[in-house]
Amino acid sequence: MSDKKEWPLWEVFIRGQHGMSHRHVGSLHASDNEMAMKNARDVYTRRNEGVSIWVVEAQHISASVPSEKGPMFDPAKDKVYRHPTFYELPDEAGNM
Amino acid sequence: MYAQMVKSTGKGVQALEEMSREERAFQERIDRGEKIEPKEWMPDAYRKNLIRQIGQHAHSEIVGQLPEGNWITRAPTLERKANLLAKVQDEAGHGLYLYCAAETLGVSRDELFEMLHSGKMKYSSIFNYPTLTWADMGAVGWLVDGAAIMNQVPLQRTSYGPYARAMVRICKEESFHQRQGFQIMMVMANGSKDQKRMAQDALNRFWGPALMMFGPSDKDSVHSAQSMAWKIKMNSNDELRQKFVDETVPQAEYLDLKVPDENLKWNEETGHYDFSQPDWDEFYDVLKGNGPCNHERLEARKKAWDEGAWVREAMMAHAEKKAAKKQAAE
Ligand SMILES: [Fe+2]
Ligand SMILES: [Fe+2]
Repeated sequence: MSDKKEWPLWEVFIRGQHGMSHRHVGSLHASDNEMAMKNARDVYTRRNEGVSIWVVEAQHISASVPSEKGPMFDPAKDKVYRHPTFYELPDEAGNM
Repeated sequence: MYAQMVKSTGKGVQALEEMSREERAFQERIDRGEKIEPKEWMPDAYRKNLIRQIGQHAHSEIVGQLPEGNWITRAPTLERKANLLAKVQDEAGHGLYLYCAAETLGVSRDELFEMLHSGKMKYSSIFNYPTLTWADMGAVGWLVDGAAIMNQVPLQRTSYGPYARAMVRICKEESFHQRQGFQIMMVMANGSKDQKRMAQDALNRFWGPALMMFGPSDKDSVHSAQSMAWKIKMNSNDELRQKFVDETVPQAEYLDLKVPDENLKWNEETGHYDFSQPDWDEFYDVLKGNGPCNHERLEARKKAWDEGAWVREAMMAHAEKKAAKKQAAE
């Protein structure tokens, strides 16, 4: 292994069409944000896949921890009253 | 195919009862069709096998640019040149998607390159054959990309999330590759006598190596069972090879070209073509490094890597300087 520093990793997000959110499409290496943007264009939008690109250096992203999936997401599971179907209404009330 | 001889580190498939609690939960997730994501727990052997397989696949995409790059400057028309350029650029993209997927398993890009350059990691044997005439661009797109597609389509369902997602992108882009190749073959096969002879010659030279892309026969491929249980391999080598032959032979007939196999014949009973196995001695020899272009391909890779080193370093130094300046200004 050489001691040369690798170009940092960037995560790429693309808005596919007007009106949609940006979506994660993949990652790439680049020395800085300008190069990351150029590479993202060449690697991920060769066929008109986007109208807007975000690049974020991967080390700046905080991610939830897979092993803590339970405590993190389980509490939302038993709160059925957050869904409209929990509340039963008579047909006479019409669409609600 | 692109990953032809991935040696597994496992000792054969364990029964669920023999597994530790973690291993068992992991296997059950895979059996349920769940995707495994980076940073989630996985058996060490699963991780290692995947790094080898995805790495080999990525290297194949990158080295695979060389035989076709050979013809970019000599394409017969501007349109063909643009087509070929776009295809070769796609292959670079495929390599990049796959390297990124491998990196999520905890190996760095530089480590992967170094393993390729030192010969520790392989790439597909098919790219060690020369591309001698323009008709070879037709044969490569038609047969080599055709064989690649056959292997990559089922891998879209593989158990490792980043690998599966890379495969989805790749498959979307791949079909143009095969179609442009077949179209080159159509033009050549319907052209002058010399052009038709070139098309036939390209088929003659690429048929055997294309069959080898699927890897050794099932009875000789000892590492498949565990990979199948982990869903990092979806079909057996022989199964895919048969499928490739069944789809390709009618296409050759359409071109009025002859598949170079005396034993090739439709088998009414099985509903498949019978065909001869490729020369497996040649296959192992090419894997060992003795193919016609092994040396040339690897040298080209190393040269590009070494001669680009100063650029990579300069760009990094520039980025660091820029960042420092920005910080000072704030
Ligand atoms: Fe490819
Ligand atoms: Fe391709």
